[in-house]
Amino acid sequence: MKTDFNSDSESSACRLSEIRPGSECEVMGVDLGDAAGRRMLDLGFLPGTRVQVLRRAPLGDPSLYALRGFQLCLREADSRHVRVTRKASKEPSR
Amino acid sequence: MSESDFQTQRTAPLRLALIGSPNSGKTTVFNALTGLRARVGNYPGVTVERREGTLRLKSRTAKIIDLPGTYSLDPVSPDEAVVGQVLAGEIPDTPAPEAIVIVADACSLERSMLLVGQILNLGLPTCLVVTMIDELRARKGQLDLERLSAALGIPVTGVIGHRGIGLAALREQLASPETWSSPPVMPPTDQIERAAWADSILQHVVEKRPGTHTVTDWVDRIVLHPVWGVALFGFVMVTFFQLIFSWATPAMDLIDLGVSAASDLSRTLLPAGFLADFVADGLIAGVGSVVIFLPQIVLLFSLLYLLEDVGYMARAAFVVDRAMARVGLEGRAFVALLSSYACAVPGIMATRTVPSPRDRLVTILVAPLMTCSARLPVYTLLVAAFVPARDVFGPIGLQGLVMLALYLVAPLSATAVAAVLRKTVLQGEPMPFVLELPSYRIPGLRLWLSQIWGSAFAFLKRAGTIILLTSMLLWVLLTFPQTTPPSGLSPDEAASYALEHSAAGQAGKAIEPLIAPLGFDWKIGVGLLASLAAREVIVATLAQIYSASDPDASLRTAIRADIRPETGKPLFDPPTVAALLTFFVFALLCTSTLATMARETNSWRWPAFAFGYLLVLAWVAAWGVRQIFIALD
Repeated sequence: MKTDFNSDSESSACRLSEIRPGSECEVMGVDLGDAAGRRMLDLGFLPGTRVQVLRRAPLGDPSLYALRGFQLCLREADSRHVRVTRKASKEPSR
Repeated sequence: MSESDFQTQRTAPLRLALIGSPNSGKTTVFNALTGLRARVGNYPGVTVERREGTLRLKSRTAKIIDLPGTYSLDPVSPDEAVVGQVLAGEIPDTPAPEAIVIVADACSLERSMLLVGQILNLGLPTCLVVTMIDELRARKGQLDLERLSAALGIPVTGVIGHRGIGLAALREQLASPETWSSPPVMPPTDQIERAAWADSILQHVVEKRPGTHTVTDWVDRIVLHPVWGVALFGFVMVTFFQLIFSWATPAMDLIDLGVSAASDLSRTLLPAGFLADFVADGLIAGVGSVVIFLPQIVLLFSLLYLLEDVGYMARAAFVVDRAMARVGLEGRAFVALLSSYACAVPGIMATRTVPSPRDRLVTILVAPLMTCSARLPVYTLLVAAFVPARDVFGPIGLQGLVMLALYLVAPLSATAVAAVLRKTVLQGEPMPFVLELPSYRIPGLRLWLSQIWGSAFAFLKRAGTIILLTSMLLWVLLTFPQTTPPSGLSPDEAASYALEHSAAGQAGKAIEPLIAPLGFDWKIGVGLLASLAAREVIVATLAQIYSASDPDASLRTAIRADIRPETGKPLFDPPTVAALLTFFVFALLCTSTLATMARETNSWRWPAFAFGYLLVLAWVAAWGVRQIFIALD
């Protein structure tokens, strides 16, 4: 799979879909292999963007995220294209 | 009128394109600008709806094209590529726009800026409309639109679309794209640099980011709760379904009464004969078969738009998406399928909430499998006549169990068919699923009423005419050629004789070899042909064939007594009854549904496909069930 915007491979690096609700992370890069990856970029998941994971749907998927001042729901299948590092939440999740 | 005014009047209308991401309020702005006079069609080759409206401005008229909602000009599917093709003038009969109007939601402006950057690079005169200014204020956000305009170098107008605020200024603006300022420097084309460009502009413009909507935050704790959220979802859907079913029934009964009163009246007013028959049974019954759908359509869309405008529909999709994803559909398709349990016509119309054209098409194609209320009279007749009324488990009777099974087969077969369609006819990389949860709001009454009226009007105009014509055509086929029945027949027997010798009767005999493997004879064949008008019509048609004076008790007795001449055994033996029930589970015997499908997909290709695949499925399933029953006998 073609990987763009590659940055360092920290040990705390993981997928957006793996971040627990209530915690925060920072986008490292996006896997641009297919339509979903490109769409993540269009939606503003760009390196350096802070993302909060707000909640999961009752059945476990999709999840609600907050970034750049707006919120949206993504399925696990799409959000795993976003590579992130975990960040300590500075403020209680909004 | 001055000379120059006269010239602008004569020039061709200004061509504008409206572009924005889904949920940006683009459609609200489009409707507010053009009224409900949009011309709807299809882009060639894809199932994307093409909406164009006429906008009367002070000095000139403009044609405004409402492009499908998009997050980016880089398409991820052929459906999305349409936006770029329209802007480049690559679509036949759709000349490239002279100016672009971008619509962005004030609360998610940061995301829309990436799209704004892409569009500015096209170099066309562009202006930006920022919607939902009221919600931004409610969420304590602050945005300096003048500075935004200065930073982008293009005109920016703030509007509150659903209240019509700011639209006068926007109209003024749209009249003269020649005077719009253009950006002094083009935004960068690289995605990362574009994001930096957007951030630097937003830093000067966003005085305060919108906070969370307090009420929304509070309500969502319950609405999206793992337990309460699911319970509420179930409650809302059951109520929704119940209301469509039970509230529509009195109105539909009233329409039925009105139609038969009107047809009786026409018989008393007109001299007996062909004209009276045509007016009473063809024309008035045909109009009735259109109007009968209105209670369900109006009720469904009242509830649907109410839930949508309040903000619940997106939450419902969020809650149910996982379950729908299993069969290759998405959360927003759920309501359409549920509505199809009442009637596929409003159900198919409700698929408009599904943004991906391919998902929407799959939903439309499986909607007719849901057990609509028109199947109920058919099931009731056959079950009451042929399924023994004995108890199986305590008070639970066999008849009830058979009815339950018939209702349960529907969602099972629909999910199976959806999965198959996804892998065959409508295959392709699944579209990324993006859903936004709008803040809860008190819906505007005017917008709500105009949405309901829009749906009802669209049905009457596009589907209604086709339904009226086909039901009149079926009446002609069931009536002509007229033959003189032999003397000495009772009126019921004469009616039966006339039907047997009509074009439809002959057609029933002609298709007999095709349906004989299912155990059906020509009489059932005529019933099936007549049921194309509406499934329940088979009951009345069988009543006419069997010279039964009422379609209830005496029809039941008559079909029980019918003997197959070749074997001397009952025509309706258990294998045949099971096959007929199965046939009705699958077959798309409903021209209203076909007409609605044609209207919603803007082509006859998909209704033809749906009719064909469901007919094959119905035949094969009915044959299989019959074989099983014969083997068990």
